[in-house]
Amino acid sequence: MAEKIIFRKTGKQPTPGDIVVLPIDAAMAHDGTAPLMIKSFEAMGARRVWSRDKAVFVIDHISPSSNEGTSALHKMMRDFAASYGVTLYDVGEGICHQILPEKGYIFPGGVVVGADSHTCTHGAFAAFSTGIGSTDMAAVFASGKLWFKVPETLRINITGALPSNVMSKDAIIYAIGKVGADGATYKAVEFSGNAVKNMTMDSRMTMCNMAIEMGGKTGLIASDSVTRQFLEGRIHVPFVELAADGDANYSDVLEIEAEKLEPQLSCPHQVDNVKPVSSLEGMHVDQVFIGSCTNGRLEDLRVVVKVLRGKKVKARTIVMPASREIMLGAIREGLIEELVKAGCAVGVPGCGPCVGGHHGVPSPAETVISTTNRNFKGRMGCADADIYLASPLTAAYAALYGKLAIPMGV
Amino acid sequence: MQVLKGKVWKFGDDISTDLIIPGKYKFKTIDFNELARHAMEGADPQFSSKVSKGDIIVAGKNFGCGSSREQAPVVIKHVGVSAVVAKSFARIFYRNSFNIGLPVVECPDLVDGIKTGDTVELRLAEGEVLAGTRAYSFKPIPPFLMTILQDGGLVEHFKKRGGFVWEE
Ligand code: SF4
Repeated sequence: MAEKIIFRKTGKQPTPGDIVVLPIDAAMAHDGTAPLMIKSFEAMGARRVWSRDKAVFVIDHISPSSNEGTSALHKMMRDFAASYGVTLYDVGEGICHQILPEKGYIFPGGVVVGADSHTCTHGAFAAFSTGIGSTDMAAVFASGKLWFKVPETLRINITGALPSNVMSKDAIIYAIGKVGADGATYKAVEFSGNAVKNMTMDSRMTMCNMAIEMGGKTGLIASDSVTRQFLEGRIHVPFVELAADGDANYSDVLEIEAEKLEPQLSCPHQVDNVKPVSSLEGMHVDQVFIGSCTNGRLEDLRVVVKVLRGKKVKARTIVMPASREIMLGAIREGLIEELVKAGCAVGVPGCGPCVGGHHGVPSPAETVISTTNRNFKGRMGCADADIYLASPLTAAYAALYGKLAIPMGV
Repeated sequence: MQVLKGKVWKFGDDISTDLIIPGKYKFKTIDFNELARHAMEGADPQFSSKVSKGDIIVAGKNFGCGSSREQAPVVIKHVGVSAVVAKSFARIFYRNSFNIGLPVVECPDLVDGIKTGDTVELRLAEGEVLAGTRAYSFKPIPPFLMTILQDGGLVEHFKKRGGFVWEE
């Protein structure tokens, strides 16, 4: 599929390993990466941003700001956006990878770059989307183009139906355990099979979001009626159905039988250190975080509320919806009220504790169950805390009991 | 730039950007004198005070995995490290390194036999690392990346040429 998208853009059949130059359909930097990008852009002496409609800033990582230094960087972004005509989504709007599809920047066949490693999320919409650094982004802002090495493709084929207590998060954690943290380096990771076909857009985004945790350049899922439904009314280009050819070449194929999966955990301090929840049942849990670009969507909040409705949490539980749109949806459905009543701390849409800047930094020797995508040492701001990654369902059970439990289906 | 000789600092596999420069610092400042004091802090808390100009980092596989933060190669360069040799790199880190003018080289064969304090010599044009009496070869850096490196990174490259080499 990656090759197909590149072909559509260049008109030439690419071969893995080729270097190609692609025009960019959307380019995003956030408060962790935009300041350096601005510095590089200005140092280059570039005069204008190539497109007002395709260049986006998002303030989501430390949002709202927790200190003067961050506030100054935020201001730097606002000033740049105002003078160069870049669209800026400010505090409270949500996480970049959620906002981009919601606001219509992402469509099947598009080429998307983000100065953030989880830009691979947009592959859920059959877009070729990958993370780059700040200076690369400055080059894109200046020219609207960038070079890429055409990736090989690793296919992950998930067949059958997921058990009722297993979410797409469990499937992707399991796959990362099999492939390893660098098993897909430089490759596109394509997810296929009827289990993927039957997933909601929310679930598919979770899968593609974590492609980078096996080293992948982008995740990719074919576009279909589910994609179309999400994008309807959001995008301004014609919708295309984009799927892999029947005779597509793959460097590797991983087959997963959905029925055999059970709830999974990424254990400290590597995402590919994977164990089933059953092997650590009963482990004490101090803090639970539900949110992030991996699992802060409406479907995730619904699952959590199903578990917590009318009950009280035993572990400290922080919930942050991934965007304003999701927050509004959750308010309308009464989810926020249930979460607050259950004793959760519900916060501003944004990255929250995921990256350890503020809002819920654990203390040393604490155990955290988090629905995010990384558990590296120090990730949440404390190098001596143990972070376990899990599905929202497993996280909700951990919140409810204050210890790890095998979730029942919802 | 063609030949780099330096003392080795050895690291293991999967050195993430969170270990190279913890996320909590990067949101507060882009002053690299400040940030560089935390270079490699997660893997070796004293690294920034021990390292000297021209030293070379040698590491295992998947060096620079994790976030896209360009601060990671920048702090490494800022403390004086002249190059990083690893079994493999995470792709964003790899791109970022060239963009900021830090040579990085994939040389799986060299890594196991080498330890902190050894001296290595990197011959970029030849695609060769000399360590003691042995020579190890690596896949030469693609020419257009070499151009960016020789110009001193992408910013200087654009300043010098008014465009990017891949647009030509
Ligand atoms: S939620 Fe976490 S992983 Fe996602 S963009 Fe924010 S900091 Fe990165």
